[in-house]
Amino acid sequence: MPLKVITANRLIDGRVVYLTRANDWSRRLADAWPAEDEAEAARLLDLAEAHVRARRVIGVYAFPVVRADGGLAPVSQRERIRTFGPSLEWPPMARGA
Amino acid sequence: MYRYDEFDRTLVAERVAQFRGQVRRRLDGALSEDEFKPLRLMNGLYLQLHTYMLRVAIPYGTLSSRQLRRLAEIARRFDKGYGHFTTRQNIQFNWTRLEDVPDILEALAEVEMHAIQTSGNCIRNVTADPLAGVAGDELTDARVYAEIIRQWSTLHPEFSFLPRKFKIAVSAAATDRAALRVHDIGLRLHRDAGGGLGFEVMVGGGQGRTPVLAKTIRDFLPERDLLSYLEAILRVYNQLGRRDNIYKARIKILVNEIGAAAFAALVEAEWARIKDDVLRLPDEELRRIRAYFAPPPYETLADDDPDPARAARAAPGFADWLRGNVEHHRQPGYAIVTASLKPIGGVPGDATAAQMEGVAEIADHFGFGEVRVTYKQNLVLPDIRKSDLHAVWRALDDLGLATANAGLVTDIIACPGLDYCNLANARSIPIAQRLGERFADLDRQHDLGPITLNISGCINACGHHHVANIGILGVDKKGVEFYQITLGGAADGAGAIGAIVGRAFAEHEVVDAVAAILDVYLSERRPGERFVETYRRVGLAPFKEKLYAPA
Repeated sequence: MPLKVITANRLIDGRVVYLTRANDWSRRLADAWPAEDEAEAARLLDLAEAHVRARRVIGVYAFPVVRADGGLAPVSQRERIRTFGPSLEWPPMARGA
Repeated sequence: MYRYDEFDRTLVAERVAQFRGQVRRRLDGALSEDEFKPLRLMNGLYLQLHTYMLRVAIPYGTLSSRQLRRLAEIARRFDKGYGHFTTRQNIQFNWTRLEDVPDILEALAEVEMHAIQTSGNCIRNVTADPLAGVAGDELTDARVYAEIIRQWSTLHPEFSFLPRKFKIAVSAAATDRAALRVHDIGLRLHRDAGGGLGFEVMVGGGQGRTPVLAKTIRDFLPERDLLSYLEAILRVYNQLGRRDNIYKARIKILVNEIGAAAFAALVEAEWARIKDDVLRLPDEELRRIRAYFAPPPYETLADDDPDPARAARAAPGFADWLRGNVEHHRQPGYAIVTASLKPIGGVPGDATAAQMEGVAEIADHFGFGEVRVTYKQNLVLPDIRKSDLHAVWRALDDLGLATANAGLVTDIIACPGLDYCNLANARSIPIAQRLGERFADLDRQHDLGPITLNISGCINACGHHHVANIGILGVDKKGVEFYQITLGGAADGAGAIGAIVGRAFAEHEVVDAVAAILDVYLSERRPGERFVETYRRVGLAPFKEKLYAPA
């Protein structure tokens, strides 16, 4: 199984967060607790679902990451954009307008 | 402009209070997410990739300067300082916080705005010709009927849980600027032989995974019968539309399955029962609504004002802008101005708070305080004296909104795509930005002439790619973005769905592919022939040949 990280959106403001080793949530992927195998991923998802019931987050799921440059990097374009923000220049002022 | 009456005011105020309570109960834990989600969607609040997105209704794309200023305030206070105008003539705020949304809705209610009918399986916010009331080619102000439809459809109890969402568009002009043929219902006003006003009724159009052009089921519906006929259509759809499969739930599928003639017969039968009842529009009510859209106090001016011509000679950029972004107004001495939200390298449809405030200022100073939003994601200043065009151009230029590309190849429609949207498979905006940069040269754009180039980041087709002369659809192939190109689509007139040109292109190939398509057009075209006309004459073959020629 590829390495997986648990993510969600915070209920109160919708911001993207990752489940940490302290069973808490962080805005930074670097703080995430990567699951090495299916059993661990399932256990982390259970922990995360408890936070859904506690009204801290919504929309919990696991996504694949790889280790890169000593940290974690999302595999898919979608998760890269969720992690790093829109892939475009903004605020959206025109260049040379 | 329409102003809220006591019923509108009460309804919107009550909805804000109700949603404030629902948000509190969600945060307190009295409501689960499963219970809360349909409630937030009824108030235009989606959960997107990065956070909550609030979609605000702009009925038939008409805004007052006061409303636009309030949108700017909301962008600044509750978002990241900008908003995104959509292909439904609405605005989306991409970075809202759940806990702030009741306050945002309250701020909107103060200026007669809300987020009702911007989500869910109801009759959505009605759209219309953005030049309604001012266009030279218009029969009568289409917004009168759009407003009547708005009043009838808002919280309509029978149609609040339709099989799927439902979109109605209205136009009274010779040129279709509302994409009538790709709506669930398209209404085109015209006159019958006796001079009476009525509608051609088109039903069952839509984009998405199954693009279909609407079929005319009635050539002429007298204006007084508008609501009873709409009610009959909705009632047939509500009863027979599929609820077992989300992909087959739109009215277009029903009309295709039973046939337009059979569908029309069912509608006519239902209509016969209800047409002479309470939904028949009284003259007095029509007059009352029409009065809201009475023309502003225009000055009596000569149509041939010499000032723009003189200024055009002095400033070449102004001449380009006059040519592209200024249209004929029905009132002599006035013009309609498009403020382009497609600056080269910018994000199609995005406007910063400062830009919104600047446009509101121009509308107040030079116009009658009114602004329009187009489905092509631009803003329109509908009432500008021709003698003020140079000053308006300079004011828009200061705001970065004077790109002279309206209707040209860089006037690209693009959905938010994978940069924001939870449904997207691929990014749209960066592709639009690179295409804009590649084709920025205005002389070349004018040489290419009118072309629609639209991009969607998934098959839901919010970016109208199916009905673009050149359409681009982002797809996901095993986690990598690819782009499929269609040619020959058209949103105006009889409409046309584009044909797929061949295998999809990788992200780094797509701009070159569009350039190759434009080269084929330039070499194949006959004098005076627009892109879509050349395509219709020569077909896909020469484009395929150029695009997929072995290297």
